[in-house]
Amino acid sequence: MNTLILRTVAPALTALMLLFSVFVLLRGHNEPGGGFIGGLIAASALAIYGIAFGVGAVRRALRFHPMAIAGAGLFLATLSGLLSILFGVPFMTGLWVYPRILGLEVPLATVISFDLGVYLVVLGSIVSIALALEQDSETEIPDAEVAQAPPLEQVPLRGKRRRRDRQPRETR
Amino acid sequence: MEALFAVLVGFFFAAAIYLMLSRHTVRILLGVALLGNGVNLLLFTTGRLVREVPPIIVAGQETLGTGAANPLPQALILTAIVISFSFFAFLLVLTYRAYQELGTDNSDRMRLSEPSDEPLPPMGY
Amino acid sequence: MAAIGPALTFCVLLLPFMGALMAPWLVSRIGGARAAWLLALFPALAFLHFCGFLPEIARGEVRTGGYAWVPSLNLSFSWFVDGLSLAFALLITGIGTLIVIYSGAYMKGHPHQGRFLSFILLFMGAMLGLVVSDSFLMLFVYWELTSIASFLLIGFDHEREAARRAALQALIVTGAGGLSLLAGLVFLWNITGVTQFSLLVHMADGLRESPFYLATLLLVLGGAFTKSAQFPFHFWLPNAMEAPTPVSAYLHSATMVKAGVYLLMRLQPVMGDTPAWEILLPFFGGITLLVGVLLGLRQTDMKLILAYSTVASLGLLVMLTGFGSSHALEAAVLYLLAHSFFKGALFMAAGAVDHEAGSRDITRLSGLRHTMPLTFAAALLAALSMGGLPLFFGFLAKEEIYAALAAGNPRAVFFTALAVIGNALMFALAFATGLKPFIGARNRTAAPVHEAPPALLLGPLLLAFLGLACALFPGLSHTYLSSPMASAVAGQAVTIDITAIPHFRTPLALSLLTIALGVLVYWQLDRVRDVTTRALDALGEGPDRGFDHFVSGLVRAAVLVTRVVQPGRLHIYVAVTFVMLALTLLVPLFAFGELPAMPVWPKDMLIEEAAFLVIALIGIFAVLRARNRLTAIVSLGIQGFAVAVIFLLFGAPDLSFTQFMVETLSVVILALVMTKLQLTLSDHRPMREALLDATIATACGLGFTLLLLKALQMPFDRVLTDFFNTYSKAIAHGANVVNVIIVDFRGTDTLGEIAVVMITGLAVLALIRVRAGRRAT
Repeated sequence: MNTLILRTVAPALTALMLLFSVFVLLRGHNEPGGGFIGGLIAASALAIYGIAFGVGAVRRALRFHPMAIAGAGLFLATLSGLLSILFGVPFMTGLWVYPRILGLEVPLATVISFDLGVYLVVLGSIVSIALALEQDSETEIPDAEVAQAPPLEQVPLRGKRRRRDRQPRETR
Repeated sequence: MEALFAVLVGFFFAAAIYLMLSRHTVRILLGVALLGNGVNLLLFTTGRLVREVPPIIVAGQETLGTGAANPLPQALILTAIVISFSFFAFLLVLTYRAYQELGTDNSDRMRLSEPSDEPLPPMGY
Repeated sequence: MAAIGPALTFCVLLLPFMGALMAPWLVSRIGGARAAWLLALFPALAFLHFCGFLPEIARGEVRTGGYAWVPSLNLSFSWFVDGLSLAFALLITGIGTLIVIYSGAYMKGHPHQGRFLSFILLFMGAMLGLVVSDSFLMLFVYWELTSIASFLLIGFDHEREAARRAALQALIVTGAGGLSLLAGLVFLWNITGVTQFSLLVHMADGLRESPFYLATLLLVLGGAFTKSAQFPFHFWLPNAMEAPTPVSAYLHSATMVKAGVYLLMRLQPVMGDTPAWEILLPFFGGITLLVGVLLGLRQTDMKLILAYSTVASLGLLVMLTGFGSSHALEAAVLYLLAHSFFKGALFMAAGAVDHEAGSRDITRLSGLRHTMPLTFAAALLAALSMGGLPLFFGFLAKEEIYAALAAGNPRAVFFTALAVIGNALMFALAFATGLKPFIGARNRTAAPVHEAPPALLLGPLLLAFLGLACALFPGLSHTYLSSPMASAVAGQAVTIDITAIPHFRTPLALSLLTIALGVLVYWQLDRVRDVTTRALDALGEGPDRGFDHFVSGLVRAAVLVTRVVQPGRLHIYVAVTFVMLALTLLVPLFAFGELPAMPVWPKDMLIEEAAFLVIALIGIFAVLRARNRLTAIVSLGIQGFAVAVIFLLFGAPDLSFTQFMVETLSVVILALVMTKLQLTLSDHRPMREALLDATIATACGLGFTLLLLKALQMPFDRVLTDFFNTYSKAIAHGANVVNVIIVDFRGTDTLGEIAVVMITGLAVLALIRVRAGRRAT
């Protein structure tokens, strides 16, 4: 899938889609959209990027392991729910504040951070699945390792092992 | 209108179940994917169908207009879609790995945990 | 004092459990022998506490107390101490104290002595709770707890198969009985509406006339007979002798096996005095008495002889409890007390002999009196009481038995004869263990070098002397122990006044006859043993072998059932699941005439709506008929996108976008995997199977269609929809109601759902990594 067109379009497309995903996430409370859809759009964007430039490029671009992003999202969502304890209201009660930022009243709420958590979990988990599968199906094998001639089904592993030293976090 | 949906849901279920009764894991997987859509449509139809007006409160109003769709099944289905997708992905990988490990995609030949010639359990105390 | 009383009793009921918790730690800190003396304080304190009840109970009062547990279900943790409970509680804590001290010496140096003491104390707590329980549920819980403690103790030496078998056998037999008892208690509750024994007494008449009386009785007897080792469930008791001797002395002579008798005595005022009661109890009790002594005669192991004589004694007790006269109940009470003393003493003496001489075989042991005079004294005193010789407690019991049974009618004559035979053989068994090993010439092969240590002698000597003392001071023992107990069993005030001074009447003559027969059998013991062994062998297998057949049959049946319901083929599981689904969907619709009305063709159908319904259908059929990977992926995509458009057309843009994204990603990952695998996509089902599968699938599809049609024809319940509609903007400040439901109203659900999504991601990662990890090595 390393076509020239895809490689040319992919960065712009990914950037646009990521931007759009954040837009969809933030407007979700009053217009169609929300964390689930936003997360899926972002995951698709990264999947496209991965198809064009390989898994390694996506991992480098993300900086964190996708599962860590998902974990952070789950943590954020739980925290948004737990915050209500400080105010003596039941778990998951929405809390709103209206700070004035630059003379503009900005409504902020725990439901927004909760939705952000949903977004991150969906993004992280699905990117993680997609990358794992893409990585598994990549067939870039250095000649040195072909010499050991393992059975065909082990082929994908090779790409992974090669990358492992670059990304030690990903091994465990 | 809703009656036609009921028939479509029936077809979804019938096709999904026929596929799931197959011995080939990939077809079972396709069946699971169809089943998810069938269930979503079932929920959607049970909440009654309304054309085109999404359940979004118009600016300046406090509640939905009269012609708006039922938001409750939509909320249920939205999460169901995402969960069934992750479930689908998991099953897909499971199928793939099972094929790699066992060398078959025929569920009848997957006898690792329940071998056909299992010996009797120990009879002593 | 009135307020502190119940709380104190509650603490006392917990004392043994606290001891059980501390035992392993204490033993590991200060050693088994010293720890045992400390641990004996727990039951000793409980004993003293219950002694404090004696004066009140002797005046005919009862002590109750408790705490509500589930008031709505009428369940409570409540206790009830009357003469019967008190006598049992004193036996349990008193003998328990001696047993703990005895165990300290008997198990000295055993690597798991702490565990052993812990189990013993656990059992003690359970048994104590059982006899003071007022509420049915509490009795049942303690009842099962004694079974479990007994299992642990019998299987204590779990490295031997015989011990494991005996433990399992005891657990299965008494556990099954416990279930029967539970059913019986539920019956009692349903019939009378009360859940407490103290209230049950007032319901006696209604209970006896209930049509469920017999069923209740049989179920309760199922519990009592298994626990008290009545024929045909007697076999587990002798096998339980695999346990260390302190266990046999405690559980299998004085306490646990008497739980069944306790239950019968407790229910006697309520359920007794009916033909069924007076036929079943004496009949099974009588058989058990005979079976016990006959099987006991063939044994040469001291513990086994005692075990069978215990079976016989339990039979005698059940027979007396069910005989149906207040005299018989008095006899049962006296015999129960006497038996606890002499049997406990004999068991402990047998243990001491085993401990010092290394053998329990009465054909090999002889002349032990020279080296073990104190053990001999204890054993002989106990045997004299068991044999029912004058001046001993056993004698009082026996006099009372004969006085109760000798009435003149044929039934009485029959049971008198049974009692005489049973008692005579028991006399022989008593002296076979209490006298025979100690007299005669010294045997070189099994010769103890010295007397048992004091801790091993304290128990048997004290119990044996108690058997003498209770008979020498009958006024005291009757006032405080036997009369209140008999009153509780009889359900009315009863005074026992029998003394050790023989009366020259029928009972004495029968006693003399018993002793004469007993002496004869003892004299000819070896010959009698040969005869009974041959006779019993001729009878064939007993229920003990039957248990083995039962267990192996159970395992085979389980294997068979497993093979039938789990043939290891996914296709069968799926097929069965969906057949059941189809039946669940269709049967009620047809059976109750709930079929939906025939729908009319919609007139306002728009062309694009119809088009996408058709496209979805085409997608479905394309998936079904797909012969290669590309077709399958594409057709799956078609139906998915069609569904997405349908969502959009019917006012669900959120769903539509989500569905679009999901379908896109599905196609991507499906393509990623599919290109890697050479999977069979077309399936080659034979025509017959394809037809069958298609039928199941069609039935399910039809079921869903009909169900949905029916649901659509019912009036729509708008309560929830209106709720979300009203409050979405008002309190959650959101205009997109769907999103508000997801992140606010049902936020906790969503939290769970994203956790599931994340777990799936982790699982996928793990599945792919597992291989990487393994192959990399």
